[in-house]
Amino acid sequence: MRLPHFEYAAPRSLDEALRLLAEAGEEARVMAGGTDLIVRMKHGLLKPGFVISLAEIEELRPISFDRRKGLSIGATARLAEVASHAEIKRRYPAVASAAEKTANVQVRNMGTVGGNICNAAPSADNAPTLIAMGAEAVIAGGKGKRSVPLDRFFKGPRLTALEPDEILTAIQVPVPPPYSGASYQHLSARGRVDISAVCVGAMTVFEGSTCREIRIALGAVGPKPLRALEAENLLKGQSWTADMIDSAGRKAAEEARPISDVRASAEYRRQMVDVLTRRAVLEARSMAGKRRR
Amino acid sequence: MKHQITFTVNGDEVSILVDPWKTLNEVLREDLNLTGTKLGCGTGDCGACTILLDGRSVNSCLTLAVSVNGKSVQTVEGLALSGEELHPVQDAFIKAGAIQCGFCTAGMEMSAVYLLGQNNSPDENQIRAGLSGNLCRCTGYNQIVEAISMAAASLRDARPEGVKQ
Repeated sequence: MRLPHFEYAAPRSLDEALRLLAEAGEEARVMAGGTDLIVRMKHGLLKPGFVISLAEIEELRPISFDRRKGLSIGATARLAEVASHAEIKRRYPAVASAAEKTANVQVRNMGTVGGNICNAAPSADNAPTLIAMGAEAVIAGGKGKRSVPLDRFFKGPRLTALEPDEILTAIQVPVPPPYSGASYQHLSARGRVDISAVCVGAMTVFEGSTCREIRIALGAVGPKPLRALEAENLLKGQSWTADMIDSAGRKAAEEARPISDVRASAEYRRQMVDVLTRRAVLEARSMAGKRRR
Repeated sequence: MKHQITFTVNGDEVSILVDPWKTLNEVLREDLNLTGTKLGCGTGDCGACTILLDGRSVNSCLTLAVSVNGKSVQTVEGLALSGEELHPVQDAFIKAGAIQCGFCTAGMEMSAVYLLGQNNSPDENQIRAGLSGNLCRCTGYNQIVEAISMAAASLRDARPEGVKQ
């Protein structure tokens, strides 16, 4: 399987990348790790005349944590780096877990969390947890910098809020509040290798036994990652009972908009949204109990 | 436009002109005659093309050759540089009979070398997780897992303070 022909540049600064992108217009595609883009080019789904690699831009690489602003995952931080990063594992274990559950060893050594988000597959493993944790996409473009909350970043299958002249520079995840916890749950036909057939991310904040805040995000069961807002409403402000958790699972399954495809039937997906939502909120609650800060 | 790139392959510096659409796999196999690295699926699923890039295991079929400028590549040919003494991972694959048709072997061995560089005493589950990006169509996984376990033990004996690649 050979690649179609294209021109290539690996600029060393974000400014130069933005300039090249603005000049090339729709002809160009931005590449981070390449594990999605190259595959799609080999399959003939994309034929960009110009590929702009972000790999040489030092400022897009770092992962950093700030006690006020939270976690910043640079656009070219690799999945393996996010999965094994000490600060992420300690403060954002569900973010590390989602990165660790993405694809396989080699792809995690090449691919990036930023790329997983920008490629905007409805099944993107890293989307549900990041949406649930209130993450934002930090974007640079011809008109300057802006931030978009991740639950408004996805527009549809392979469609995002990025304008043609814009580049994602980082994903910003707020500091988890005290007594908060998050969880990522997923299922796929062949365990570690496969694309997720269903995935759910949840984040919750407790005050005593009362749930003060909750966000549930569903992946691979709609044209883009979805918030399960009605399920959230059943749990928010409540001291959870087993019945409530069951109802929330069923409600999330109703809110899902799955299709049948090679990875799973719509019926199976809907039932698994129920199961995984219950697992995710229970794990998030148990994490919240363990974390004062 | 062709790009001039310079990188090291198994310790040797290579300078070559490449088209930007050539994968590292194509350049290794077709331009440098390093055919130990195989090409299976071409889409990052099977791992037959696995090499180490600056010490990380990656799919050479998804890596643009132009992107390895200034980097260091290790292929299966670099595991036993003298050509006489095999790398402990290769030795263990032979002893455990972890080879059937042999097509996945180079990729399996590179993934094993990477895994053992990260973790010098992996348990069976960790070995299987370490091979999550490598498929064996002959399904000879048990012997492969056993081989990696043997290689880990012999590397620990040889270098007790930690395994280097």
